[in-house]
Amino acid sequence: MEVPILRQGQYLIASIQSALTDADLSHLREALVAQVGRSRCRGVIVDVTALDVMDSFAVRTLRDIAHMARLRGAETVIVGIQPDVAFAMVQLGLTLKGVATVLDLEEGLAFLNRRTEERTFETKPKKPSGRG
Amino acid sequence: MDTKKSMSVSARASDPQALSESSAGLLRELVAHLRQNRTQLREEWARRITRAELLTAMTEEEIFAEATAVYDNYVEALETGTFEALQAYSRRLSERIIPRGVETDEVVGIVLLLRDVLARSLFTKYQDNVEKLNRILDSYEPAANRIANTVAVGFVEERERIIRQQQEAIRELSTPVLQVRERLLILPIIGVIDPQRARQLTEQLLRAIRANRAKVVVIDVTGVAAMDSGVANHLVQTVEASRLLGATVIVTGLSPEIAQTLVTIGVDLSEMATVGDLQGGIEEAERLLADRAPPTTQVREIAPESQR
Repeated sequence: MEVPILRQGQYLIASIQSALTDADLSHLREALVAQVGRSRCRGVIVDVTALDVMDSFAVRTLRDIAHMARLRGAETVIVGIQPDVAFAMVQLGLTLKGVATVLDLEEGLAFLNRRTEERTFETKPKKPSGRG
Repeated sequence: MDTKKSMSVSARASDPQALSESSAGLLRELVAHLRQNRTQLREEWARRITRAELLTAMTEEEIFAEATAVYDNYVEALETGTFEALQAYSRRLSERIIPRGVETDEVVGIVLLLRDVLARSLFTKYQDNVEKLNRILDSYEPAANRIANTVAVGFVEERERIIRQQQEAIRELSTPVLQVRERLLILPIIGVIDPQRARQLTEQLLRAIRANRAKVVVIDVTGVAAMDSGVANHLVQTVEASRLLGATVIVTGLSPEIAQTLVTIGVDLSEMATVGDLQGGIEEAERLLADRAPPTTQVREIAPESQR
């Protein structure tokens, strides 16, 4: 099943609607990484609300997406992990280290807004603070 | 007496029909005897209960009243050979007396006393006829043993039921997830954490994070006396699972003992934000929440400089 990738302002939103095979996940990864550059976007949101199972491959793919997108200049945030899924993940040791996760799509958008604003600050007025 | 008993037991095995009839007759005779001497035996029993200092939580009148009821039920069970009524009675009795602090050994003690009192009265009555006394005892003892068993088991079962009920109640009470202000939850943990409870805590916390859209959670473990590596790892897992739901966890109130244990057994808590006490934890949480608020351009740039 193909995952639709929507564009919303500066962000890409991939909303997973049903369980995905490994091939689907790889495809999603490729499509997202390609689109990040094409549309010059600053953020990626992957919505996994509909997933009630998350295996190691899915977690690794999500992590890869985040790292690859960062290399291409976009922040990634995973949104909508279910409580039960979260608990199962940590029990399996799949903790998505280094990847931002927030509650839902709304939070994800707020998170990216904050992040991109921080970044624009960092480039200019923060310089003196770096020395002191 | 032992040899005689075993002889009669083997005789019973060879001709069960005739003997069961005669033992039924003996039981009838026995019951009649117990009915006849009801007042006297009952009083004797109550006296012996008091002398043995059993049921000290109850007054003498109460003991006598209960003794009467137990006695009648006892005789009835002997007569009918069915124990349902006695079972039900002993359950009700246990319900009444357990809250007053009556112990298991007291209940077993009074039933054994009654058995003894009745047996003694049988000895006295049939002392001239040893043969008959033996046969009476043969039919009396198994029934009496079963009655003693029934009452004791009923008492213990009732007690276990109460314990289970209380455990359930404690378990339900013990995991409150409180919202202090918008986006800030507090989870005070008090008492012993076993794996089952730890799991339940985590599940409730994760659900609450979702329901309240919490951003920061303060887990306060001031009330936890000890923590082993299993529980500590579970705490780490809870912190990580909360992060997956987008909430930051701050752990507060780790006692000096727990801190020492955790470092000694080498649990890696480096990923965990810890603050000394609950107050500090809430202050830290409010700072985090303020930081997360949408930046209001310049103000936000200056504030961290001057404050830090």
